[in-house]
Amino acid sequence: MKVQLTKLAHARSGDKGDTANVGLIALREDAYPILVREVTAERVKQHFRGACHGDVERFDLPNLGALNFLLHESLGGGGTLSLMTDAQGKTFSTALLRMEIEVSDDEARKLELN
Amino acid sequence: MKQTIRIAAGQGFWGDLPDAPVRQVEGGPIDYLMLDYLAEVTMSIMQKQKARDPNAGYARDFIPLMKRILPACVERDIKVTANAGGVNVRGCANALIEVARELGLAGKVRIGIVTGDDIMSRIDELLSRGIELRNMDTGEPLSAVRDAIQSANVYLGAAPLVEALKQGAQIVITGRATDTGLTLAPLIHEFGWASDDWNHLAAGTIAGHIIECGAQCSGGNCQFEWRSIPDLANVGFPIAEASPDGTFVITKHEGTGGRVNIPSVKEQLVYEMGDPHEYITPDCVADFTTIRLQDDGRDRVRVFGIEGRPATEFLKVSISYSAGYKAVGTLVYAWPDAYEKAQAADKILRARLERLGLQFEHTLTEFVGANATHGALAGEPRADAPEVQLRVGVRGQDRAAIERFTKEIAPLILTGPPAVTGFAGGRPKVEEIVAYWPALIPKKEIEPKVEVLDA
Repeated sequence: MKVQLTKLAHARSGDKGDTANVGLIALREDAYPILVREVTAERVKQHFRGACHGDVERFDLPNLGALNFLLHESLGGGGTLSLMTDAQGKTFSTALLRMEIEVSDDEARKLELN
Repeated sequence: MKQTIRIAAGQGFWGDLPDAPVRQVEGGPIDYLMLDYLAEVTMSIMQKQKARDPNAGYARDFIPLMKRILPACVERDIKVTANAGGVNVRGCANALIEVARELGLAGKVRIGIVTGDDIMSRIDELLSRGIELRNMDTGEPLSAVRDAIQSANVYLGAAPLVEALKQGAQIVITGRATDTGLTLAPLIHEFGWASDDWNHLAAGTIAGHIIECGAQCSGGNCQFEWRSIPDLANVGFPIAEASPDGTFVITKHEGTGGRVNIPSVKEQLVYEMGDPHEYITPDCVADFTTIRLQDDGRDRVRVFGIEGRPATEFLKVSISYSAGYKAVGTLVYAWPDAYEKAQAADKILRARLERLGLQFEHTLTEFVGANATHGALAGEPRADAPEVQLRVGVRGQDRAAIERFTKEIAPLILTGPPAVTGFAGGRPKVEEIVAYWPALIPKKEIEPKVEVLDA
C-alpha cells in the first residue's frame, strides 16, 4: 500500500548556501529500514523536480534512525542572493513528508498504519 | 574538578528573544552562559557601522543585556562566552567595562578578548602569496569579487577562549568565533581535555551544535507532536549539563515551557547538517553517526558515545561582498478566482517591465497561499481560495532598474485585476545585497590574540 511519509517520519530542514538539507527522522525504530529502502536519493531528486536543480546526496544515520539529504542548487542562489520566500529552505522538511512510499501489508500491520 | 558543568544557551541568533539570557541566569543554577550573535553576513553590517562610527561594529544588544545580568553573574560566578565583539571586540569590551564600573563592579570582573579573526587588511597580501580563498561552494577564486569585499573574518575555534578563561576571564568576548567553540571552550577549561582528545572535543562540539540555536532543541520549531508541546510562550532555552567523560544531558530550567525529548534533540541534530561523518570545526572533526541518545527523565536527554577525529589544517573564512540590489513587491488578491487574478497581475507586471526595457539577473514570482513554499508539490491551487498573495522579486546590479521596478507594484491596484489590496506599507524597499563567500585558509596563517582586561 502507498503511505505518505508524514505517517512514518518527522523532519527538519535548513540551508548551507544554495543547498537545502533535509533531515528525515523515523517516528519509530522499525520504520527506519523502510525509509532506507524507499527514500533513495533518486526518489528525492524526482520528488523535488523543478525545485532542486542540482544533485541530491543521501547520508545514513542509523544511530538516530535518520537520513540526511542534501539538495544542491535549490535555494535560488541561497542566503541574501535568493528572492525566495523560503530562502533558508526551512519548509523543505514538510515538502519531503508529502512523498508517498510503498509499504507491504505486513509492514503496515506492524507499524499500525491500517 | 567539578563533576558537572551547566552551560546555558541564551541566544540562537542576533535578534532572538531578548529576555532569554536573563531567564537562563535567573531560572536556576548554571555555570556558563553562551551567547551566539553572529550570522553569516552579520560581520558586514557591523563593518559598515564601524566605518560610520569607530566605537560601533559589535552586537550592541549585548551591553544592555550585560547591564541586567552582570551583578548576578558576578555574585554567582557565572561565566559568559559571547561572540558579541563583531568587528570591534575592543570597543565591545570597553563598553562592558563602563557598564561594570557603573554597576559598582570595578575590580570585580575580568574581561577576556579574543581577536585575530579579522583578515580584511591582509586580503591582498594573502592573494599575492597564492592563497586564493576560493569559494568553497562554487570554486571561484576570490579575485572575481575582490573590489566588492566588505568584510573577511576567520572562524576561530575554542582554543583562544580557553586561554582567556585560564587567565581568569569571567566574560569572554570574541569576534568571529564558531558557535560550537563558545560551548566547547568552557568544557576544555573545566575538565582539562587535551587538544588531541578528539572524542571529548567532538562531544563538546556536538553539545554546542545542539544548544546553539536556542529553543530549537527544546520545543521550538519542533514537528514531533507539536500540538502537545506545553507553554511555548514561556519556552525554556536549553542547558547542556556536561561531565568530564564527554557525556552530557540536554535539559532546561524547571518551570519553563517547551519540551526536551529524544525527537526534539534529533531534529536539532540534523539541522543544517552536511556529511554527518565529517562535521568540521577548527577544533576537531565530529562524527554524528556515533551519537547515542537516551531518555533521562522528563525534559532530559542523555547524549553519549561520541567519537571525533583530528582537526584539519584549515580554518574557514567568512567573507562578505556587495552583490547588487534586490526588491520584493507584494499584493493580495481576494476571492473569487484569487489565484487566477494574481497570475494575470503577474503577466501584466512583467509586460510592463519588459516594455520599460529593465534588465534583471533574476525575476521570481511566487503565489503565497498557493505554492510559495512547496511549489508544484502543493498541487493545483484551489479555485475557491479565499486569497492569494502575489509576490514578485527582482535582483540585479543596476540600482536604478530595481528602483524603477518598485514603482510598478502599486499601480497594479488601479490598472490590473480586481479585488486587490495589501499595499499599506508603501513602495517596496531597495535592498543592497551583501553576499557570503565561504573559503578556507591554512591554519598557520592565523594567530589568535588573547588579552584579559580588568574592569
